Formats: sequence, C-alpha cells, structure tokens
Amino acid sequence: MYKILAKKELAPKIKLVEICAPEIAEKAQPGQFVILRVDEKGERFPLTLVDWNRSKGTISLIFLEVGVSTTKLGGIGIGEDILDVVGPLGNPSEIGRYGLVCIVGGGVGTASAYPIARALKEVGNRVVSIVGAKTAGLIILEDEMRKVSDELFISTDDGSRGYKGFVSDVLKTLIGKGYAFNLVYAIGPAVMMRANAEVSRPYNIKTIVSLNSIMVDGMGMCGACRVNVGGETRFACVDGPEFDAHKVDFGELIKRQMMYTSEEKLALERWEKRRSSCCE
Amino acid sequence: MSEPKTKSKIRKEAVSMPKQKPEVRRRNFDEVALGYVEEQALAEADRCLQCPKPECIKGCPVEIDIPAFIKLIREKKFDESIRKIKEKNSLPAICGRVCPQEEQCQQFCVLGKAGDPVSIGRLERFVADWERQKGIDAPDKTQSTGKKVAVIGAGPAGLTAAADLAKFGHKVVVFEALHLPGGVLMYGIPEFRLPKSIVQAEVDYVKKLGVQIRTDCLVGRTYTIPELLGREFDAVFVGTGAGLPQFLGLPGENLGGVYSANEFLIRVNLMKAYAFPEYDTPIKIGRHVVVIGGGNVAMDSARSALRLGAEEVCIVYRRSREEMPARLEEIQNAEEEGIICKFLAAPTRFIGDEKGWVKQMECICMELGPPDESGRRRPVPVEGSEFIMDVDTVVVAIGRTPNPIIQRTTGGLEVTREGTIVADENGRASIEGVYAGGDIVTGEATVISAMGAGKKAARAIHEYLMKK
Repeated sequence: MYKILAKKELAPKIKLVEICAPEIAEKAQPGQFVILRVDEKGERFPLTLVDWNRSKGTISLIFLEVGVSTTKLGGIGIGEDILDVVGPLGNPSEIGRYGLVCIVGGGVGTASAYPIARALKEVGNRVVSIVGAKTAGLIILEDEMRKVSDELFISTDDGSRGYKGFVSDVLKTLIGKGYAFNLVYAIGPAVMMRANAEVSRPYNIKTIVSLNSIMVDGMGMCGACRVNVGGETRFACVDGPEFDAHKVDFGELIKRQMMYTSEEKLALERWEKRRSSCCE
Repeated sequence: MSEPKTKSKIRKEAVSMPKQKPEVRRRNFDEVALGYVEEQALAEADRCLQCPKPECIKGCPVEIDIPAFIKLIREKKFDESIRKIKEKNSLPAICGRVCPQEEQCQQFCVLGKAGDPVSIGRLERFVADWERQKGIDAPDKTQSTGKKVAVIGAGPAGLTAAADLAKFGHKVVVFEALHLPGGVLMYGIPEFRLPKSIVQAEVDYVKKLGVQIRTDCLVGRTYTIPELLGREFDAVFVGTGAGLPQFLGLPGENLGGVYSANEFLIRVNLMKAYAFPEYDTPIKIGRHVVVIGGGNVAMDSARSALRLGAEEVCIVYRRSREEMPARLEEIQNAEEEGIICKFLAAPTRFIGDEKGWVKQMECICMELGPPDESGRRRPVPVEGSEFIMDVDTVVVAIGRTPNPIIQRTTGGLEVTREGTIVADENGRASIEGVYAGGDIVTGEATVISAMGAGKKAARAIHEYLMKK
C-alpha cells in the first residue's frame, strides 16, 4: 500500500499526487516511470516520475484524468492508499553536457519533461524550454520550468497565452532565428512528438521522445508496448521509454494507443455510473 | 496381511480422471479436470507395485519418495501421505496439476511397459487437495541459522528455493516484481488448468514456513543484486523466468489484435480481463482467433480464447502433430473443446484494416525436411502454396527470451549470448553468493524443472552459507 501524502489540482482534470514510496524515491532518475494499480480490480498503467524527495521518501506524479484508471487515481484522497506502485522502471534519460538543449513539453507531457530539464540544467547545459497546451488554463508547471530554464516560451493552440499555435511551431521559429540546439527533447501526445520530430529532422538535430505506449506489466513481459524504431520492434518498457524521435514509427504508435478506446470509454462510464449511484 | 501383488492381478488401465464435459467447459473458466474422489484414489494407489527399487523417483526433479506417499494413500493415511510429499515438494497441488508426469515419474513406472503407468500426478493432486480442503497444517519451524537469503522472483523456481531455504533455517525474503506472487503459475497458466486459489494456498504455505514475500519490487531497478548482497543478504537466488515475448518479425505484426501469448494470458489470468468491465483491464476477442505455435502456451491461449467467446479458434503450427511440444493431454483437451489445429502452415504476413486492426493472415504451407539441430524434422515452405485466413485476433505463442533487466544491472554476472544466466548444475552463477535456476538459466522449460533447479540451488546455497 502506498499512501497519498499530498494532492493538488493543477488544471481542470490534471492532478498532482505525492506518494510515500521511499524505495522508489531512492532510485528515481529523470526519464523513468512507475506502474500503478489503484485497487483490486484496477488496471496496471504507467506514469512518468515527475519529482522525488529521497530524504522524505516521496515521489510525485502528474496525470490527466482521461480513463477509468486515472479517474480512480484522481479520486483517492490525502491519507488514502494506492494498492500497488512499482518502479522506478525504464531506462533513465542520458543526462550529459550537450550545450544548448531545447525541452519541449506538450500538455501533461510537460510533467515528464520537467525532471529532464532540471537534470540537464544542473549539469551545466543551456536549457531553452517550450511549454504548450490547448489553452492558457491547461498550462502546467510553468514556474518550475522557468526555474530550470534559461529561457522559457509558452504557446497555446487558441492563443490565450503566449504564441498562438503548437509547440512545434515555436521550435521551428527558434531554429529559424538561429538557436543552434544540440539536443531536443519532445514529450507529450504522440502527434505532438511527431510534429516536433519533423521540425528537427531537416536540421539533423538529435531529438529524443519519451513514448507513452500501452503497457501491462511494464517490465519486459507482455510486449504490449512494442514500437517500431528504425524498422526494429523494441519494447518501450525495457528498451525505452526514450527513443530517437527520427526513427520512431509514430503512425503505428498512434494506432496502437487507440486499440482500446471503446473499452476505455465503456469502463469509465460504468465506473462513473456506479460512483454516482453510491453517492446518491 | 495382504499378499504381495503380482503383475497379473493389476488392472492395466489407470483409473480415469473425471472432467467437465467438453461442450460445457469450453465456455467457462472453471477447472477442467475435477480430481479423484477417495475411492478412485484408493483404487489407483492400489495399482502401485511398491517396487523395492523404484524407478519413478528417478524421474522426479524434486525427488519425492513416490512409492512411500502412494503406500500411505493406500493405507488411507492421507495426512501422512501429504507430509511425505511435502518433505520434498512445497507445491504439490500445483505439481499434481501441471507437471508433465508422462515425461517424468510416470515414464519410468514399471506398469507402463504393459499398460498405463500409475497416475502419480493425479494421486499427488488428490492428497494435496484433501489437505487443502481440511485446512493446511502449519509446518514445523526450523531453528534459525542467522543467515539471510534474497530470492528474486516468486515463480516455481523461487518459491521452491525459498521454501527449502526456510526449512534449512535461513531467513528468506522473496522479491516479486508483479503485484501477486506465483509467477507463471499466476499470470501464465489459465484458471481452468490451475485455479488461482490453489496457487494462493500453496504460496500461503510457503509463507507459513517463515518466508517473507515482497511484491511490487523489481530487482534490477528497485534494488540491484550487489545492493542486496552488500546490505543484508548472505546469498541471492535468481529465478526470474522467461520474459520478453518473441515475435515472428513479419509485416503487420504490430497491428491491433496481434497479441503475444504473454500479453494475452497476463490480461486474462493476472488482470482478469475475462471479467471486463467489472475488472478494468480489457481484452479484444473477435470471432476468428488464430494462435501461432504448438506448445502448452499455445494450447492455453487457444482454450482461453474459446472461453472468452471466440466463435472459432485455430492453432497454426508449422510442423506436424508428432512434433508438437505441448502435452498430449492438453492437445486432446483442446481438440475435444473444438479447437482446430492447422498443421504444416506458417504465417508470412498480417493484413490490417484502415484502423490498424488485423483482418487477415497470409500463410504458407510447409513440408517436413530432414531433422534440424533440435532433432525434429525441419519445416520447409512449399513454394506458391500461400493462402489467406480471415482473422480478428492473433496470438503469437512461439516462445520467450530471458528478461534482460537483472543481466543489464548486475556487473560481472556472466550471461550467454541468448541472455540466459550462466550457472553450474547446482545453480552457482559467476558472482560469489549468487545462484540462479529455472527458465532464466535454461531458457523456456517446465514448471517442475524450474522447481528442481530451485531445490538444487537451495541445497548449494545452504552448503555455501554453512561454510561461510
């Protein structure tokens, strides 16, 4: 059992939870994730580690309530327990001295990008960050990202904050203005990652994405998370989750992510119906 | 006193095991084989010749004194009989169900020369079930040696090693990466062949021996082996099993609806996807399901698909029936349930619809050429014999390669090119104090061979600790 010690709503349906998990906190590194199972009937699902405090023995996760599992997780109160949390899983990000790096966070993906930006900044890189969302109210971790970035750019699809357009448009503009990035990290929805990969490709800038494929065990057993990278089948859980953006078959990834859309909808509806009927 | 038996008085046929009828069981997840009732067990036990030099024991990887436990059944001393088994085997209800006895103890039974061998597995299952129904006795605790062993993986090898080490008096902590202990017994073998409540009960017995089990702990990530050895443990046993699923490497293999057998079975067994949406984990089963492969995992996948509501389930295997590695009993069970086996055919590509879902599979016919390095005749494609099958779901059950996490995070641990851990016959690996056994050493094999390896390693670890 893993107790929730703190909880905050960062934006509508986007929540942060701080969980007591000393063993995971001890080992956590940027780029890694955990697998959770909220309750006895719950799914196993992955969430990227956003932050950790080794002395307090806590880890922080940020998630968008989208399906039954994240909605259930969002419903757990402070002082209550999550049934299972295992990790840290996946390979850590390669934190080195690259020079000028660009960290692009799309939507809730900013949460995954944040610890990487922080670590890259700590070792002495010059960090330029681009944080984007659909609309101003959905921008998360702006202050945190500002603290670990030399420059921060904001974009919204509707133009309600910062540049009007996608984060990839900002990346394109910056490159056009002469920002000579040695490395780009793009983390967010698959379409956003693909768009950024296409922006950096003509310039041959090394670009890393963190793939959010469907996982069950998350530790190299099921193969649900398999992705085509450079024509080879790789497992996001043990070979990733980070891969060379220019080699990932995003079309396949997107299709694989949608495999259970109708089931997810059904499960969520059923759970919400149950919840409302027991609240009455 | 009863007269010594002569062969001529012995029934040639084994007492058959009652089973659920095929037309009923093909749509439920309840156990297929129902087990002997007392009279049946007594009659079958009566067939045992009680050989003065029993051959059957040679075939048992965990060295059970088979004639002795059967004699005790005959005398209706079921309590003593199960205790006799548990001297050697802590998981008898599991072994009685899933061991391939026909290739092990029963293969050596003298009766097998002129009829059916004694049904040793069914008798083992009978006394194990008898004990569980009346309540399992707490085992005697051994005096503590003060030594501490970490066991990695709560599957057949790890549980056996843990139980034996605890019996030697060592403190044992088992680290399990998943949320439930049992390993393949929990996530792989389906409920209808091995009910999960039985696995749970046998795991509970191992706990009663004093073994502590820590779930949600992935060694290699949460802790590493050097850390375990450095902190509090005097030795480590690695029983992490077969991991990464193998794929065929064919076009269209990553289409929706193409599952590895591991994913398919984990969803169904461990996550209870058969009860979706009551349980949150979904599984997609179409009308036409194809399973690729010819082993027990292929049979388990096919029979699960049928129970999940598939209209037609077809196993596609590239060799012929004779070469199928699955247990004969399981092939027969599958066929009785209506599963179709398509022999001498292999897929060449998968064809998807516009949404990225598999809809067809192209196969090619095979013929058998001369034997290959496995000793089985090599399948050779017949040119121009391609054909198309309509499919909604495909399960690829062609084997697994070792999970790489421990190997990648344990410096100095010798590993083969295939990724298995190098260990000697007693499980000793290349780092002092590190032992390994089961599928992580041999590649994919059986539950009982993993248990045998766990047993041997436990003995070697005990010797090592006592000399240390």
